[in-house]
Amino acid sequence: MDLTLSHYLGLSAVLFTIGVVGIFVNRKNIIVILMAIELILLSVNINLAAFAVFTGTIAGQVFAMLVLTVAAAEAAVGLAILVVYFRNRGDISVESVDLMKG
Amino acid sequence: MDVIAFWILSAIVVTSAVCVIGARNPVHSVLWLILAFFTAAGLLVLIGAEFLAMLIVVVYVGAVAVLFLFVVMMLDVDFVELKQGTLQYWPFALMIGIAFLAEIILVTSATVTRDPSAFDPSPGAPTNAEAIGAVMYTEYLLLFQMSGIILLIAMIGAIVLTLRGRPDVKRQSIAKQTQRRRSDATELLDVEPGRGI
Repeated sequence: MDLTLSHYLGLSAVLFTIGVVGIFVNRKNIIVILMAIELILLSVNINLAAFAVFTGTIAGQVFAMLVLTVAAAEAAVGLAILVVYFRNRGDISVESVDLMKG
Repeated sequence: MDVIAFWILSAIVVTSAVCVIGARNPVHSVLWLILAFFTAAGLLVLIGAEFLAMLIVVVYVGAVAVLFLFVVMMLDVDFVELKQGTLQYWPFALMIGIAFLAEIILVTSATVTRDPSAFDPSPGAPTNAEAIGAVMYTEYLLLFQMSGIILLIAMIGAIVLTLRGRPDVKRQSIAKQTQRRRSDATELLDVEPGRGI
């Protein structure tokens, strides 16, 4: 039995789901929420790369690289916001983020 | 052989992903995340996407995970308090997760009925990095440049966000230093004998 596209699609579906569940489970801890988002982006990358390899095109791998770039940028800005928020409020509980009374 | 490696690696990556969202200590979460990234890179090597795999190791493990680690360690947060009440979310989260997974599997099984021929690198074919490089700087040049600009903006944004001018700290003003002349600082006096200044 050879490796097929379905193997990788199934794996990335499971990873994506774990990421989504992680967002719901850790509703108070924003750091773990950011990590769950990274997991989701990783599963998307695996998906793109698997499609690119198994269909014999290279474009998917280039797109995966762009997703990687955006993930890095997102992590940097998100954590910077987190640091500023912690400096101003003294905690990072998601429930205490109500300055804008939204 | 490939399939066995795939199952082992995917078992590791799924286990570590579960540990990322379930670990009590966020530092452990980050370490599990690093393991998940490494194994994902291994999975990509398995199908011949080596360049992307190395990129994941460099960017995710080298930059993103270390950034997480720094932030988790620098913030003095009571994580036990944050963790309280997590148990009550589990049933709800599991319900959503199962529904979501079922939907994804339904969609993929409906669209991918027949697998295209598996990847088979023939001798003499360009390597993965070569193939990506050939299109990245020609066909996708604009996207490449745009991703560079995105990174630049993110970098500037992060610096601007975290930079703070603290008024209570004495700072060095280089412009002031270099503009200072001898006449500003010293004065030549002719002191008469027997008298002070």
